[in-house]
Amino acid sequence: MTTPPSSIVLVLVGAVIGSFGAIFLKWGAHALSRSWTSIVYNWKLAVGVVTYLLSSVLFVKGMSNGELSVLFPMVSVGYICTLLWSHLFFHERVTKAKLAGVGLILVGIVFLGLGNATH
Amino acid sequence: MSSVTTLPEVHVVDADKRRRAVLIVIGCTLIIGAAQYLIKLGANQLAAQQHSVHGGSVSLEAAVMGIFTNPAIFSGYCLYAVFTVLFVFALRHGELSILYPLISLGYVWVVIIGAVAFHEAMNPLKLAGIAIIMAGVTVLGRGSAK
Repeated sequence: MTTPPSSIVLVLVGAVIGSFGAIFLKWGAHALSRSWTSIVYNWKLAVGVVTYLLSSVLFVKGMSNGELSVLFPMVSVGYICTLLWSHLFFHERVTKAKLAGVGLILVGIVFLGLGNATH
Repeated sequence: MSSVTTLPEVHVVDADKRRRAVLIVIGCTLIIGAAQYLIKLGANQLAAQQHSVHGGSVSLEAAVMGIFTNPAIFSGYCLYAVFTVLFVFALRHGELSILYPLISLGYVWVVIIGAVAFHEAMNPLKLAGIAIIMAGVTVLGRGSAK
């Protein structure tokens, strides 16, 4: 069984959505204190959790019709998005090493996709 | 926030603690492998339940319900919670530049699990792709740890 493109798209979209989860968690963590109410009434943390949940739903949907060894590595696009968002929202530096990593991940995903198509 | 002279104190981390952190992170990658095995197993069960009606992937509702009611998928995500706690714990004692790249070991386990447990076919392009992604995650991790 090969992995249909629709499942690959589901997992890629899930990974992009999941990368927003990390951003919201970080935002939420900034407003955190030692009291429980600061966790419960923290809408950013809540959005972060819901975002991860949504991303997991898309991942499970994709996994119900595709290969683990193709779909799981595809989640690595999430790292690229996280890098982009942390630069845009938290002004973290984008170094040459980070760009090299992004390039390698993209090339790897293309190879993986080609390998999946040439069964 | 004092002068540079305090730097050595910060950098001399107990070698034992550091070794333990590396072992914990390697354990973390095994947990990821186990979690992915369980999630895939559960997703296959959801598909088997629905494929009597129609083919393709399961519906969104089935996927949402599956995360909470399918024991395999639910346990898989519980393992992710365990992974997160352990990884954060390990990060306190080890060097990020070594620990982050180690996480890419998870891909090795997932490929082995895919081939052995789910009989997924491997070919050179696919394996090269996964190896390149591992290299990318390693480079990105090292770059982010500075």
